[in-house]
Amino acid sequence: METELLYVCEDNSLTVRLCGEVDHHISTGIRESIDFMLDECSVKTVVFDFSRVTFMDSSGIGIVLGRYNKMKASGGRVVIRNASGLVKQILEMSGVFSLMKYEEGEEGDAEHEKQL
Amino acid sequence: MQNMKNSFNNNPVKVSFEALPENQSFARTVVSGYLALLDPTVEELTEVKTAVSEAVSNCIIHGYEGMGQGLIEMELEMIAPDKLEIKITDYGKGIEDVEKAMEPMFSTEADNEMSGMGFTVMESFSDKVQVTSEPEKGTVVVLIKNLDIYYGR
Repeated sequence: METELLYVCEDNSLTVRLCGEVDHHISTGIRESIDFMLDECSVKTVVFDFSRVTFMDSSGIGIVLGRYNKMKASGGRVVIRNASGLVKQILEMSGVFSLMKYEEGEEGDAEHEKQL
Repeated sequence: MQNMKNSFNNNPVKVSFEALPENQSFARTVVSGYLALLDPTVEELTEVKTAVSEAVSNCIIHGYEGMGQGLIEMELEMIAPDKLEIKITDYGKGIEDVEKAMEPMFSTEADNEMSGMGFTVMESFSDKVQVTSEPEKGTVVVLIKNLDIYYGR
């Protein structure tokens, strides 16, 4: 099982593209990795891109909400991008969309690099 | 052989495994393989996998308190041609107040960024969720999923 994170850090925002399966086992490492990135490059916005997530359980909610609290404390914000099907349904259940902006489309640079 | 098409076999399967975090994905793989025989829709398959993932992670994180050891049993059985029953048992610390544990956003581990949505996800993605638990004895979660199956396929 492959789970990886792709980061794009530019213009005061950090885009985190989650790839593969996200469950409670994997989520600890994911949270630590993202927090490390957040400490390294101080940004105003964190964008979570779910377009490459093949499976996610409720641990994904914890990842998003935890980062939301962290960003809120420093005056930043979190955006959720490209969540589809059941992934979106799980996020909806927790009410995160009333706290964070949701958007679709707009593939990041990392996407093009990988395709080339 | 010609009766195969109409005969119904409840096909019971039982697997037991250690409460290791990585066995969460193992449990999903097992249930996917079982369900694949029934030609489910992609959505059904994902729903069942997600519900199982939540139930098993509860055993690992709460039942056995993340210690990485303890027995988890998963029993799969077709209780009707279009009805899958999944029974997940642990012999860990159990739940004091099941009703409260099943409330959305309830978590004993909020500090560890647990969302408290596990049971809510199980309920949303299964047709029935039954939880029985006894403190210091363990917990049994029964998930029932109705499948959209064409008879005589």
